[in-house]
Amino acid sequence: MQPQFRTCPESGLVFHRPAENLIKANAVAAVVFLAVGGLLGLLVALTRWPAVQILNAQDFYTVLTGHGVVMLLVWILFFEIALLYFCSSVLLRCRIATPRLGWVAFGLMIGGAAITSWAIIAGSSSVMMTSYVPMPAAPGFYFGLILFAVGALIGVFMFFGTLVIARDEKTYEGSIPLVTFGALTAAILAVFTIACGAIILIPTWLWSIGYISEIDPLMYRLVWWGLGHTSQQINVAAHVSVWYAVAAIVFGARPMSEKVSRGAFFLYILFISVASAHHLLGDPGLSTEWKIFNTSYVMYLAVLASLVHGLTVPGSIEVAQREKGHNRGLFEWLRKAPWGNPVFSGMFLSLVGFGFIGGISGVVMGSEQINFLIHNTIYVPGHFHATVVLGTTLAFMAMSLWLVPVLFRRKLFMPGLAKWQPWLFGIGTALQTFFMMGAGTLGVSRRHWDMAFTGSAFEWTYPGMAYTMMALNGISAVIAVLGGMIFVVVIVGTVLFGQKTSPAEYSSTRPGILRGPAESLSGHSHAGLGVKGFPAPGTFVLAMFLLLIFVVYFFINYGYLASVWRFS
Amino acid sequence: MSAIQPPARRVWWKQPVDRVEIVWIAIALVWCLIMFFFMPYWHVYGEQNYSGEAYRVNPQDYVAKVNEFVEEYTVRHETDRQVPVVRPPAGGDVYLLARLWDWYPILELEAGETYRFHVSSADWQHGLSIQPININFQVLPGYDMVLNVTPTEPGEYAVVCNEYCGIMHHTMMSRIYVVDN
Repeated sequence: MQPQFRTCPESGLVFHRPAENLIKANAVAAVVFLAVGGLLGLLVALTRWPAVQILNAQDFYTVLTGHGVVMLLVWILFFEIALLYFCSSVLLRCRIATPRLGWVAFGLMIGGAAITSWAIIAGSSSVMMTSYVPMPAAPGFYFGLILFAVGALIGVFMFFGTLVIARDEKTYEGSIPLVTFGALTAAILAVFTIACGAIILIPTWLWSIGYISEIDPLMYRLVWWGLGHTSQQINVAAHVSVWYAVAAIVFGARPMSEKVSRGAFFLYILFISVASAHHLLGDPGLSTEWKIFNTSYVMYLAVLASLVHGLTVPGSIEVAQREKGHNRGLFEWLRKAPWGNPVFSGMFLSLVGFGFIGGISGVVMGSEQINFLIHNTIYVPGHFHATVVLGTTLAFMAMSLWLVPVLFRRKLFMPGLAKWQPWLFGIGTALQTFFMMGAGTLGVSRRHWDMAFTGSAFEWTYPGMAYTMMALNGISAVIAVLGGMIFVVVIVGTVLFGQKTSPAEYSSTRPGILRGPAESLSGHSHAGLGVKGFPAPGTFVLAMFLLLIFVVYFFINYGYLASVWRFS
Repeated sequence: MSAIQPPARRVWWKQPVDRVEIVWIAIALVWCLIMFFFMPYWHVYGEQNYSGEAYRVNPQDYVAKVNEFVEEYTVRHETDRQVPVVRPPAGGDVYLLARLWDWYPILELEAGETYRFHVSSADWQHGLSIQPININFQVLPGYDMVLNVTPTEPGEYAVVCNEYCGIMHHTMMSRIYVVDN
């Protein structure tokens, strides 16, 4: 049998050749779609910049649909499939389950993405990513998505299979690593998500070819959001795993306590899926009890999980830094962090951006009554650019800047340029989210080609500030896209032209068993670190600062709500 | 020694927890519970809630109902398209129809009076957005959503569609006049 395993001399990771090839293929596909989606996003932002308005209405809606589908589904799911293979096969040092099926999955995803893209480009499917019935798209739009989802589902089950193999062949000792545990959380959510997608997209496809006469729009929304929102919860679980992974890779950080971090992931599994109900808060017919239960009670336990990760990820970095001697004051550990290393800076900007902007805005706007203020305004894309772009995409970029050189055995292309990447992308995106959220608070609606209502029988003008904010959003988008272009250039350059490091040497012998640290079992070794029994006091101060902003922002919004018309 | 390795102990849930984590979890949980209780609290003490009242309706029947309403209470017509302006009696039922690509009819309401406000769609999904007060709801065909609305301030309000409904979506706009009684 051909030698199958290699150990990376720099990272110490063990790669199984078929797994390695699948990871490469999925990661490359992901980056290609990211580049396409990024350019579409630039066109969207330049159209919504009132003074520029680069596209006409028809092209705008086509491009906006393409941007949503390519970014929210295609780019992210390709990367997540690569991540699942990595977190199972590579981290557990085992062979990957059914690699040939992995290529079938890859083919289905590529084929599905191509069919849906073609349906969009043809212009007959400008229905936005949500494709709310009864607005019709071409049958290919739904069919491509179904194929894509089937492919992704196969990838998810290969992840489960690989975990079984690793356990069966005893390639690791004890429990799976925390990062793999987080990936497992993402995979479980993915099964729920894709099931919801199948339940709604298959009948909708049959409806589009005339086989079913009617799809109830409210039922469609209820089930569709099980796909639409929960797919973004896969991202949360995945990018939190990436945060832990980067903390481990860059700092050698270990979780402050496995129990807390794993417990928080477990809360996601139990509670995060019902949070998709917050998309239906402005819908007719759903009862108050249903809304409060789904969006608040249960969702807030999932929010609690995110608040926990928000402390434990930087906390584990702080502890690791203090152990290395950066133990003075509250923030020496942070000042002495490697800010010039894009793997770290990207991860940290993702953490801060997701927490402060995405998390707070998401919970506040998901409150039952607050939602009436911003439902379907451009505040909503503002929020999810903070979560999906600043949170997930930036975390995945940071991971890629480390993983791609390891995978391809090449040095990072133009490392000096790569240093700027997370800053441009992160700050550009953060500004975009602020300006979109600001414009949404002033009433500007989302998915709108022209905020001046040209051609309408009536005149209405949004406040001048709203126009300014949409212009600033356009400028910020240009900055973010620059950061995105640097990412693509650096990654593609690394794959094609990066200076080769030592060639990959495969061996037939099985790699050694993956062992955990031989840590004392009596308790923490954090004694003597930090302040007053708090091993991570700096992180605690930052967390309290987050909470303060959260509380203030929550009540400001209720105050604003109290000033509008009364309704019941 | 890290998150990409197995935990030090197989039975990881017995690992002791740092004090900083316990304190933070307790604080965060309290805040989560406050946010939770604030929603039912607002239903009791706040004045901006949707009760969930809605009825299944055939879109044609709804359109007929709107036409009946327009015929009965129209006070004048506006714009080149002669859109009716309808002034229903204070405290009565008000019907608003969303369709490609306008809101029908224009409404004239009295400040401080409460109306039973019906809204539904004749075709695709639309978004009811009242500006500049920025109240936003989803409008679905087949569902008659009923809100008890009390406009508080006189003035001229815009009704904007904020759910994408096709190429002319951005022209889908109308008015609500709120007048002193």
